[in-house]
Amino acid sequence: MPDTLLFAMEAALNGLTAGVMYALVALGFVLIFKASGIFNFSQGVMALFAALTLVGLQTGQIPFSHLINAIFGTRMHHFGWTLPTVVAIAGTVVVMVIFAWAVERFIFRHLVNQEPIILFMATIGLAYFLEGFGDIMWGAEVKRLDVGLPQGMSGPVDDLTFAWFGYGFYMDRLEIWAALIASLLVISLVLFSQYTKQGRALRAVADDHQAALSVGISLRFIWVLVWSLAGIVALVAGMMWGAKSGVQFSLSLIALKALPVLILGGFTSIPGAIVGGLIIGVGEKLFDFFMQPIVGGATENWFAYMLALAFLLFRPQGLFGEKIIERV
Amino acid sequence: MMNMTRMAAVLAVTMTAAAPAVAQSLHFPMLNYRTGPFGPNGMAFADGYQDYLTLINERDGGIGGVPIRMTECETAYNTERGVECYQGIRGDSPLVIQPLSTGITYQLIPRTMEDQVPMHTMGYGRTSAVNGEVFNWTFNYPGTYWDGASVIINYLLEENDGSLEGKKIVLLYHNSAYGREPIPTLTRLAEHHGYELITIGVDSPGQEQGNQWLQIRRERPDYVTMWGWGVMNAVAIQEAANIRFPMENFIGVWWSGSEQDVRPAGAGAHGYKSLAMHGTGRDYPIYDDIQEYVIDRGLAAGTGDEVGTVLYSRGMYASMLAVEAAKKAQEIHGVEEITPAMMRDGMANLVITEELMEELGLPGFGPAFEVTCQNHGGTGEAMIQQWDAESGTWSLITDWIAPNRDLIMEMVMEDSLAYAAENNIEPQCLERSGG
Amino acid sequence: MIYREAGDFKTSYAADNQTFPLRGDRLAYYLAVIFALGVVPFFINDYWANAIVIPFLIYTIAALGLNILIGYCGQLSLGTGAFMATGAYAAFKLTTAFPSLNIIFVIILAGVVTAGVGVAFGLPSLRIKGFYLAVATLAAQFFLIWLYTRTPWFFNYSPTGMISMPTRELFGYPVTGASATAVSGYLLCAVFLIASAWLARNLTRGTLGRQWMAIRDMDIAAEIIGVNPLRAKLSAFAVSSFLVGISGALFFTVYLGAAEAGESFGIDKSFLVLFMVIIGGLGSILGSFLGAFLLVVGPVLLKILLVNNLGWPTDVAAHLEIMIIGALIILFLVMEPHGLTALWRTIKEKLRLWPFPH
Repeated sequence: MPDTLLFAMEAALNGLTAGVMYALVALGFVLIFKASGIFNFSQGVMALFAALTLVGLQTGQIPFSHLINAIFGTRMHHFGWTLPTVVAIAGTVVVMVIFAWAVERFIFRHLVNQEPIILFMATIGLAYFLEGFGDIMWGAEVKRLDVGLPQGMSGPVDDLTFAWFGYGFYMDRLEIWAALIASLLVISLVLFSQYTKQGRALRAVADDHQAALSVGISLRFIWVLVWSLAGIVALVAGMMWGAKSGVQFSLSLIALKALPVLILGGFTSIPGAIVGGLIIGVGEKLFDFFMQPIVGGATENWFAYMLALAFLLFRPQGLFGEKIIERV
Repeated sequence: MMNMTRMAAVLAVTMTAAAPAVAQSLHFPMLNYRTGPFGPNGMAFADGYQDYLTLINERDGGIGGVPIRMTECETAYNTERGVECYQGIRGDSPLVIQPLSTGITYQLIPRTMEDQVPMHTMGYGRTSAVNGEVFNWTFNYPGTYWDGASVIINYLLEENDGSLEGKKIVLLYHNSAYGREPIPTLTRLAEHHGYELITIGVDSPGQEQGNQWLQIRRERPDYVTMWGWGVMNAVAIQEAANIRFPMENFIGVWWSGSEQDVRPAGAGAHGYKSLAMHGTGRDYPIYDDIQEYVIDRGLAAGTGDEVGTVLYSRGMYASMLAVEAAKKAQEIHGVEEITPAMMRDGMANLVITEELMEELGLPGFGPAFEVTCQNHGGTGEAMIQQWDAESGTWSLITDWIAPNRDLIMEMVMEDSLAYAAENNIEPQCLERSGG
Repeated sequence: MIYREAGDFKTSYAADNQTFPLRGDRLAYYLAVIFALGVVPFFINDYWANAIVIPFLIYTIAALGLNILIGYCGQLSLGTGAFMATGAYAAFKLTTAFPSLNIIFVIILAGVVTAGVGVAFGLPSLRIKGFYLAVATLAAQFFLIWLYTRTPWFFNYSPTGMISMPTRELFGYPVTGASATAVSGYLLCAVFLIASAWLARNLTRGTLGRQWMAIRDMDIAAEIIGVNPLRAKLSAFAVSSFLVGISGALFFTVYLGAAEAGESFGIDKSFLVLFMVIIGGLGSILGSFLGAFLLVVGPVLLKILLVNNLGWPTDVAAHLEIMIIGALIILFLVMEPHGLTALWRTIKEKLRLWPFPH
């Protein structure tokens, strides 16, 4: 087999796994948009915040120690314990649920019935707030996230492809794990929304707010629920991305990688987020591979957007989005 | 409207309070960044810079008996904020500006020239500012990016018995003014030494480098050099470990060699190398004084847990050079309360010797060099340090390596003279300021 | 009693249709212009000009431009940063290619170039709407910035990829470069701002403006009553990008002096200008001024208060600052979703009745 084809296959394979990482972030967006029509820009910062909280709890950092030190002139950082990963994750989930409640109570309860752009702006405001809050709470240093996920080149993939093609493909074990975890997440989300009472209520709200209200579903509860779910998705995304690069500010920028995935897949479709992520992942890796010699590298920042734009020109509602019906 | 007037009143009060003409002090402004994407890096540097100045105040009662006054301004590595900070301090006779950002440096070069405020960009900024005849007010001793690139190549030459013929070297760079600096040097050196140079850019911030490392894996280069900053460093080192690139063949510039770059990769980072323009760790006598006068008195900057790290040491080194320049200025002009113009003379005549470093409690910490009007860039020497993941320390594995200064000076002249022509600058040495 | 609309009689249609039909408003406007051009230049110092006033003027132009697109035509755009970059790079290329060309023409031409680019990226708006369009304009943001940082032609092959502005003179005074005084830069920006505001105000009052608003309120209905969506949307993109391009050109030539696309015109810039528009008030010229004022002056004020007066560490202050800005945005949206202009309207209402509220 010619080398170029092999390299392209390797790039595509890596694109698939990278796509899963994008889809992980996009999932959180879809959940909230479906249930409340809010385009939640703060999803990326939520991932950062969740990861910061996880590391903070795990290593026993004292929250707000910077602020306390600044005001009272004390010097304290740590409680001096380390928590097991599972406990820390559970703690973080609790924090994210509290966060979801606060978001509903203090922001969106007051913004019911506003135009979508106002809600969107509110989430940008929330993103700023949460970014500053996370830094003040846990400090802005780079933190190492260690939850026991494997990293590095996958041996079996390398051996297998070497046996087949005479060239070992590179795949990151972390990304393989991420793919597994993402599919687990999606399956449990689907099961939850199909077979539980709350899940049905969720789908009812997504279909029609007013009809749902009229049969006695509490909108407030549903909103807290979806924001909590989005928080948990953010935690998973934050763990995966944080394991790669350490937990630090730039983690919040992964939201920008998820946006083209969203418009490609449609804002309201969970399978859309997955398929969109895969298409974008493979597309940008292959584009970079073939175009790199011609236009220079680092195309991944814009290629996804251009691809999504091209798709949109043919299907303005995204691949899996609901058809937009307009009436005068 | 009432609110507006009240706000204006608050503003007016604070503005006057912000710029008091305090006599009897030397103003050392700090343009720091403790927030934003590069905050973690900026923090360590800022702590070191501040702690050393605090030490001088506490131990020696200031420089030549005049206490140091520090002001801090947060730039978040953002050019506009940097300019705003500079505008805020320029009327307050700042002795030396150290922006710690190549972007802000480019903004400030013409402005500081106009305002006659010296600027020190240690190991970053505009390399051709080495030519002090054109850039009278900008200093970049003890080394520049071009020196750094040349030192890396010289080190590799040494490793390969003097020949890099047929070798493949990748430059992985931060796609910004900073990251592109070494490209001309490495390209020219490639002509000299016959290696093949492949440049691969990473867009800021560099959270994702999958494509770049797949490409590196395909190209199978002999060496990878890196000009990165912030999260890009950590991700690159992690990815290199992932593709099992031999770490000892991966060499970063001095901005890609701090603890926070290698720690996230854990054991995978073992053996990674980087340039070092100064020593690291707490094994220098100065730290006894810092412990006694700064930390134990509760005056340490920030959280205090950066002491002794690479970037902390760099901040301390920058501050130490600034203090020495101020001493020199006092000596030249015979007055204690120096002005920015006098400070410039001190910087332009700065001599750092090994004996002086020893005296300061930093033996062998930095190179010995001498600043002249023709050379604002020192010697450009640097060492190579290597990361030991087990003990979590950097260790120096070479002595000072000299760059190919002839070639670099040639390039400096070209670039600086072009700048002079563009901006109608008559290259000349600046006379000492009167008084 | 203080602010009154009654008793201002008109005897001709022209008088009734003028921009400021009320005498009080008109007077305030003339006073503001005289103050800006005749009084401020004598009192402004370097810190005020460079750190607060010039950025305020420039951001206001950008906010005006974006307000036309979002507030008047209803097309959400997140590509403002890239369009500002286009203005900046166009100004740089023009002024280095034709050094004798007057800086005013350079800036206007930069605006024209940006208008062209804006129209090209506005084309998808004919098919895509709402958030889908917003994300599509992000394509412009990322693609253009990538283009400007990767193509050496744009930065005249300078080894670092930075563009820097040489000194240019206007009426014998340097207005750009390091030797320019704060006052000359201020006056240039102020004149451009007044002209832009005049342009925006009159366009939005005319046929074109009404077409934009019809499209904003409901595009299908507008199409049915005979508004050509192609013309209306693309003209909104063109005018909006023109103003944004001018602001980018001024931002680079007068304010920064040296710039790098990714660093100076990143996505944060797009969001910043969007905030200004929303906080100031969608579909309001005055709102653009108020929004830009709040977001330029607010952070500086907060910094001075927290760091210089309370003596807090800069990092804590900076984090608090982000938090406070975020909280302010949310608070504004909760209390007054229609922005500062709506607040101003309420104040006017109160003033009209004062001191007899019943």
